[in-house]
Amino acid sequence: MKAFLSALLALFTLTSLALASPGPDERLDDPALEARALTLYAQLRCVVCQSQSIRDSNAPLAEDMRAVVRERLLAGESDAEVLDYLQARYGDYVLMMPPLQANTLGLWLVPALVFLGGAAGLVIFVLSQHGRGGEDEDDGLDSERARALDEEEGLS
Amino acid sequence: MSRLVLFLPLVLFAVMAVYFGMGLREDPSEIPSQLIDRELPAFDLPAISGDVEGLSNTDLVGQVSLLNVFGSWCPPCAVEHPMLMQIARSGVVPIYGIDWKDPPGAGSAWLERNGNPYQRVGDDASGRTAIDLGITGAPETFIIDHLGRVRYRHVGVITEQVWTDRLRPLVEHLQAEAAE
Repeated sequence: MKAFLSALLALFTLTSLALASPGPDERLDDPALEARALTLYAQLRCVVCQSQSIRDSNAPLAEDMRAVVRERLLAGESDAEVLDYLQARYGDYVLMMPPLQANTLGLWLVPALVFLGGAAGLVIFVLSQHGRGGEDEDDGLDSERARALDEEEGLS
Repeated sequence: MSRLVLFLPLVLFAVMAVYFGMGLREDPSEIPSQLIDRELPAFDLPAISGDVEGLSNTDLVGQVSLLNVFGSWCPPCAVEHPMLMQIARSGVVPIYGIDWKDPPGAGSAWLERNGNPYQRVGDDASGRTAIDLGITGAPETFIIDHLGRVRYRHVGVITEQVWTDRLRPLVEHLQAEAAE
């Protein structure tokens, strides 16, 4: 029984592993090239599934794109040349990380500007509160009104 | 004057609403083609069967034409097929086909069954020409001018409406341009 259960467990583990990793289909013999290929896969978008890199996608087109990457690396191209090759065909969209250029300047700068603007606003606000706090210590209610309020609440 | 500043958030909101509203009308999944107004990349594809000739990029020079990427494995292509047959029968523009990643014989059997709207069909079994063309899925259709330059790309099925509203007017415009 125990042996049967552990065999079953092993079977489930193996099948789930096999299903979980579509993974690169074919490997390059040279481990250094294979490592470069894996990094490049992660930087390239699968143009069919779009939210996945071609490293994670098992779409047929992603498979073809991986084959192109391997071929280009074997032909001795640099990483940048491989990316350029696919970028020339699919545009900036094929890069997982948008390049910093004129039409993406806003994309890159706006978050930083919003952060700096917010931080500056916060600093100005805190400084102004601090300055005001020194002038009048009480809560701004005159004594007569304070008494009236106390009476309403039945405190006196 | 300082009160006007209070309207700033409203103005900002209005600007963003218009900007994002325009964004909603676009299809973000459509990747713009890199080939527009550029010459077709070079390719020379074998035939899919003995009946129809293969296709190279130079076959598309000399007249305005449609270049349609399809596959027998692709359900939307089957939806589109009757429209292509109709365009081919009308004789308005020749259609050339690229059979994308079909197993040997599948493409020609499919055309035999459904009819062949194509003048020539190239067999792109490896899918490399499709990558050179920046194809993201089938069907996709390019309008090629008489100089062999890509002038338009349509992603997805050519419906009656797409043909009459967008493709046909552009084809006729390019044909007039070519005649000049």
